Amino acid sequence: MKDAVNNVQNIVLLGGTSAIGLATVRALLGSRSGTRVVLAARPSPARAAAAAELTGLGAEVVATDLDVADLSVCREQVEAALAGPDDVDVVLVAFGVLGDQETAWQDVDVAAHLIDVNHRGAVVCGVLAANRLRQQGHGAIVLLSTVAGEQIRRSNFPYGSSKAGADGFFLGLGDAVSADGVHVLVVRPGFVRSPMTEGLADRPMTLTPDQVATAVVDGLNRRRRLVWAPAPMRPVMAVLRHLPRPLLRRLPV
Amino acid sequence: GIGVQRGSEDLLRWATYAPIESGHDGKVKGLRATGLEPVRRSLAGWGRTAPSVASVQAMGTDEQVADAVGSAGPRGVVVRGLGRSYGDAAQNGGGSVLDLTGRDRILDVDAETGVVVVEAGLSLDRLMRDLLPNGWFVPVTPGTRFVTVGGAIAADVHGKNHHVDGSFGSHVRSIDLLDAQGRIRRLSPSDPLFWATVGGMGLTGVILRATVAMTRVETSSVIVDTLRCRDLDALMAAMGDDDRYPFSVAWVDCLARGDALGRSVLTRGRFALQSDLTPRRRREPLAFAPRSLATVPDLVPPHLLNRLTVAAFNEAWFRKAPGERRGEVQGIASFFHPLDGVAHWNRVYGARGFLQYQIVVPDGCEDVIRACVEAFSASGTASFLAVLKRLGEGNAGHLSFPRRGWTLALDLPAGAGGLSPMLDHLDLLVVEAGGRSYLAKDSRMTPETVRAMYPRLSQWQELRHDADPRGVFTSDLARRLHL
Repeated sequence: MKDAVNNVQNIVLLGGTSAIGLATVRALLGSRSGTRVVLAARPSPARAAAAAELTGLGAEVVATDLDVADLSVCREQVEAALAGPDDVDVVLVAFGVLGDQETAWQDVDVAAHLIDVNHRGAVVCGVLAANRLRQQGHGAIVLLSTVAGEQIRRSNFPYGSSKAGADGFFLGLGDAVSADGVHVLVVRPGFVRSPMTEGLADRPMTLTPDQVATAVVDGLNRRRRLVWAPAPMRPVMAVLRHLPRPLLRRLPV
Repeated sequence: GIGVQRGSEDLLRWATYAPIESGHDGKVKGLRATGLEPVRRSLAGWGRTAPSVASVQAMGTDEQVADAVGSAGPRGVVVRGLGRSYGDAAQNGGGSVLDLTGRDRILDVDAETGVVVVEAGLSLDRLMRDLLPNGWFVPVTPGTRFVTVGGAIAADVHGKNHHVDGSFGSHVRSIDLLDAQGRIRRLSPSDPLFWATVGGMGLTGVILRATVAMTRVETSSVIVDTLRCRDLDALMAAMGDDDRYPFSVAWVDCLARGDALGRSVLTRGRFALQSDLTPRRRREPLAFAPRSLATVPDLVPPHLLNRLTVAAFNEAWFRKAPGERRGEVQGIASFFHPLDGVAHWNRVYGARGFLQYQIVVPDGCEDVIRACVEAFSASGTASFLAVLKRLGEGNAGHLSFPRRGWTLALDLPAGAGGLSPMLDHLDLLVVEAGGRSYLAKDSRMTPETVRAMYPRLSQWQELRHDADPRGVFTSDLARRLHL
């Protein structure tokens, strides 16, 4: 159960090696020990390292397998990650792929993979998590979305469009389940320095995963529906959204 | 014809699920909606934190309660009274919540002894209004009249007279408890399950009725002595002779620092005799008709209570108190329930809500009380309601809070920075001193601290398991603390 000062007892991180996801888990752990954390990800040294680190912080870590791209097993794996006798306080949907954007709009396999993970996988997790949390009458689901989904741009439209689908689904899901006591939070970070963006040059307002985590926790505590990180990204994207297409196409964004 | 009826029924359904409140006529409105279907509702405690959604159903007859318990789903069932527990004791996310406030009759009064039989949904407010004219007062009242008798037993509430008279459960002669099998059991203090139910937070069954011994009073007035104390040491010294008064409590300024740390106003009193009253008051010595003076609106500006506003309030409150005053005549409402005059006062903390931290430590552990006051003073957390009181011996309730020593209680805004680690740290000091924190106020403890604070928890769990092997009776509090 979440308590009055926002301590949580059971966190499920779908995308158990995500840098932002792990930073959020660390922020949620606070100074308390004994918090149960489920790390759902493909078996890897990165997952083992994350489990070891969180255990060192006092968490009781359970590592489970999750391969979102494998359509045949994804559902059962997510259900297994959400299972257990304890109520689930927070489900973080934190996985995602970026890949090379110029390949992604020319190679059908790469394009389909982006959709499978970023959109289809997120929606599967959203549906299953909502079913679980509705039964307990409380709990929160967080989708790590992106500002790139707010206004689809030339530079990263395969990624942006795949995230936009999930973004819209979770916003609507939040409306659908709010009467059941379930809180859905969509977080739209700008450019984050993380393994996913390795090799890309920094942009203005570049964030660290810890900064995004702070915004996520604040959004959870205030029961917000949508959070931008950093906050000024919201007006920036609002301006971009109203630019004429010929102008937007030529901008280096 | 039919269309109109259906329309008015919908309107009734909407209207009857208005939030819990006390009306201006002093009548208490619960979630009351007798005869209507269960409704899914978001419920929170008095502190308005950590809500959850449950199926809420108003209860009429014993059979309806038995049916509701028998048909409870996997998430179980808990009873809710007037929702004055601060945390998550009377909520049950995903499960059933039974509203018993419609069952509020006084079934029997023994005019000789003052022993009454009442339905558990009856409020102490109603009990006072109905029986004060006959010279009977409730044996124990907490800081609000708007609690039910069932809730008073389940939380084993205490009041300003604990150092002399003990807690509510000590004045209960019998309890009719509906257990998980739907049987009604009449429990007396010789039954172990009686003491598992007193302070048991509603987790042993549904308290349907209780027999309570009331206290004889000559008037509805209290003779109050007030003493202003310059710091915590002066206060604790002054409270040394508390036994001379049946009622005693101190308000502490938790924002005062340095030499003024713990400056406070001690008020102590006893019920007036007829001979204490002026001739005019003597004409109606047992008059009691408190009214709600104001209502806090649902929307208050965020951070209305901050360090500055609370410090100003505390300064005014401290200065307003006389250095020493004896023999002031006060009414019951202003002496026992000053906050009941403001309906929905819990809204002043805004949307993020608040919590109350209440602990007790044994005599001799005054240093822990001092450490707490110092911690709150240093953090500058805006608490405008902090009280210190001496408690007497505890009773046999396994999870009953009171025990001999000092209890400190203070309200804190839930959104205050650094609050959680600070309270976790204070919990360690309390555990080390052999003290405990109050479940009816709690909204943030851990299963580990509760185990350490309540050494008889495992004994209680065995009794509960015998009475309810499937764990039908449960709550958010029970899940959070692994009770």
